[in-house]
Amino acid sequence: MTSHSRVSRSQARLGRSIVLHLFLTPLALVWLFPLWMMVVFSTMPDNGIFSPDIELLPHGNFLDNVGNLQRGTNFIGAIGISVSVAVTYTFLSVMLTSMAGWALARYNFFGKGMVVAIIFGTITLPYAVVLIPQFIMVARDFKLANTWVALIVPPLFNSLGVLFMRQSFSMMPHELFDAAKVEGVKEWRIFLFVALPLARPMLAALAIILFLASWNNYLWPLLINSKPGAMTAPVALGTLIGLTKVSWGGIMAGAVMLTAPMLVVFVLLQRHFVAGIAAGAIK
Amino acid sequence: MRYQNATAYRFLAPYLLIFSIFWLWPIIDSFLISFQATRTVPWRFAPTFNWGRLIGDPAFFNALKNTLLILVIQVPVMISLAIVMAVLLNSPLLKARGLFRFAFFAPVVVGEVAYSAVFRLMFNLDYGIINKLLNSIGLPSVDWFTNVTPAMAVIMMAVTWRWAGYNAIILLAGLQSIPEDVYEAATLDRVSKVKQFFYITLPLLKPIIVFCAVLSIIGTMQLFTEPFLITERGGPGGGTETLGLLLYRQGFRSLNFGYASAIAYTMAGLAIAISLVQIWLTREPK
Repeated sequence: MTSHSRVSRSQARLGRSIVLHLFLTPLALVWLFPLWMMVVFSTMPDNGIFSPDIELLPHGNFLDNVGNLQRGTNFIGAIGISVSVAVTYTFLSVMLTSMAGWALARYNFFGKGMVVAIIFGTITLPYAVVLIPQFIMVARDFKLANTWVALIVPPLFNSLGVLFMRQSFSMMPHELFDAAKVEGVKEWRIFLFVALPLARPMLAALAIILFLASWNNYLWPLLINSKPGAMTAPVALGTLIGLTKVSWGGIMAGAVMLTAPMLVVFVLLQRHFVAGIAAGAIK
Repeated sequence: MRYQNATAYRFLAPYLLIFSIFWLWPIIDSFLISFQATRTVPWRFAPTFNWGRLIGDPAFFNALKNTLLILVIQVPVMISLAIVMAVLLNSPLLKARGLFRFAFFAPVVVGEVAYSAVFRLMFNLDYGIINKLLNSIGLPSVDWFTNVTPAMAVIMMAVTWRWAGYNAIILLAGLQSIPEDVYEAATLDRVSKVKQFFYITLPLLKPIIVFCAVLSIIGTMQLFTEPFLITERGGPGGGTETLGLLLYRQGFRSLNFGYASAIAYTMAGLAIAISLVQIWLTREPK
């Protein structure tokens, strides 16, 4: 290769790199803008939010806004409910989905095709189809409205998680499990003490996605836990939008309190997040 | 291999139990309820009561039209944007990759309520930052929420903002599974980057693009929170009412479970049709 063509190729690379950044930077700024404005709004008094000036930098009113929000609705209490529900849900759902994934990865059994068909069939089935009977059953037949059980148990069914765990377990060396079996170790002990520890990174990815799903869940908690003391944080915040009970600054402070912890987790555990989401599609 | 029915079903039991109670039975029940008149006590079997109402209900056709309109505009825009994001994030020339990834992926963790509140405030007529910015470059304010077209645009922008990065994550994983030497060979053959994108990347990515499109269509079809909170219960005047919102209004405001179930099954029918199209699109060529 002549030095001339090498120079022109590195120039072409530089040109492409500039075009790439010139395009991507404004797009990234547009994408960050709503999050940035959420933070800015949460630190402003309402006469600042509703002023004709363009305010793009944070002020110092965050704690006043939190106080305003807490007076209008017991938001801290609602956050307590959301945290407890999300933690319990995540633990139960991880157990449930990894047990099912394990069964599909390790055993041959009668009706296996049927179970796999159920899982794939429900991925694309709209949740709307089960919503009404679920509500009637939980609220009227079981009389469980406004309880933690209502928030935690019905959403436990989850198809993508099972596929993810089945995939994770089938990629493991099965000789290991068979060797344990030859030693006389029971299957549930192999699952708990050999397979699960090996699956730790996948369990982390799954747990993060499930925690997030529970934390942000809106429609089901809105319907089933509508009593003020039983509301999750997103539902409590949603009831304030469009009313004048709490200032916009207060609502935005609530939005920040819901979002900021998840953003921190996202930054710290981005690899697991991305793995969990990508696993939905890549097999 | 020998069958281990007892062991397998012991591991599957909790999962199948939850499935049977909270999915299998509701799927059947919802179908049965759609054939009952549910505003009388006790409910009575009336096969054409809800379905007959559905095919003559302007509110249903309005919600169907709005939902399909959002689908055909928002989903292609978002998927195209997600492909662009994924391809550019995958470029070896990119600096500060972590910052760009954060910018596009961060909306994935933001809850519907939080971002609906922000979008509603940003697009406020008199004090919203969007109108202020438009004014500052000499453009007139847009009355975002009292006219149907701009209200729809806000919904579509909000959904696109929230979900483009999610799809980009899936597509990026797909891109990274394409072997590097395919591109190296193409580069040696002096195939331009643009041609590589259209003749290598897109065809190899097709199954994943279709998967993203189907998940997005099914998600958007059930759109509820954004028109509920951002445009205030599907306003202006039902102009952004979606099927999801109509179902909520009929089922949980008017407590008309029969009619709401008929709406739910219409959505399921659409979803099944779309899934069949997906299977047809990604079938292996014989």
